Amino acid sequence: MVKVNGTELDIAGKTVSEYLATTGYDPKRIAVERNGDIVFKSQYDVTVIDDGDSLEIVSFVGGG
Amino acid sequence: MIPSKNEWMDALIARHGLDLHKRFSSATVAVCGLGGLGSNIAIALARAGIGKLLLIDFDRVDITNLHRQQYKANQISLYKADALAENLLEIAPYTEITAVTAKITEENFADLLRDADVVCEAFDNAEAKAMLVNGILEQLPNCYLVAASGMAGMDTPNTIRTRKVMGRFYLCGDETNDVADTIGLVAPRVMLCAAHQAHTVLRILAGEYEVEV
Repeated sequence: MVKVNGTELDIAGKTVSEYLATTGYDPKRIAVERNGDIVFKSQYDVTVIDDGDSLEIVSFVGGG
Repeated sequence: MIPSKNEWMDALIARHGLDLHKRFSSATVAVCGLGGLGSNIAIALARAGIGKLLLIDFDRVDITNLHRQQYKANQISLYKADALAENLLEIAPYTEITAVTAKITEENFADLLRDADVVCEAFDNAEAKAMLVNGILEQLPNCYLVAASGMAGMDTPNTIRTRKVMGRFYLCGDETNDVADTIGLVAPRVMLCAAHQAHTVLRILAGEYEVEV
């Protein structure tokens, strides 16, 4: 299982891009952390999520 | 009569103590975006005695900014970076200020922000926020980053908070209320978020890296 923002999900084996495509996140408005490190934007297509990983997705909203 | 630099620094030392004053006065903090967040962050940091402030915004002061941003009616049409520098020097005359009128992009952010100990992300646009946050985390790993997301509307003030997302990345705001889904930005709620950001900067400089819940 993989923890995404605290929730256990069965997404091991997918790339970050593949997982994001199943969600409502806008890739232009997010930052993704995997096991405490930033996932480079250029690596979303090739970063495979492993069993036991912990992902944190920050999704920005407008206003400032 | 403006106090001398010695009188000014002695007053800050009397308030903050020598150790904190040294940490604050030797720091360089960048404020990216000088709207409701950035203008309020910069004022708080200048008052606290931050040594160097780097102020960056591409825009000019507009009449529609004045309900929440720290500019004055007679500054409409001036570049925000210049107008804010002027206001900060009236408040805290010994602050070293670099005012830059430029749009921060993926191409130029690393050069603009290289010397900053802490960067405050204070943009309005969600995609610009994400661009800067990803860019800093990818390319400036030694820099502390204090970003903001969610402070629009008339919702309760109590949902504005600060959390440490990872390593050197802190996020302030309610992370929910998008300006597009609300009546817009209201001065005190934006100031609250700006205050979270400014105080988080001071805590980082003080060596207090954890965010208690």
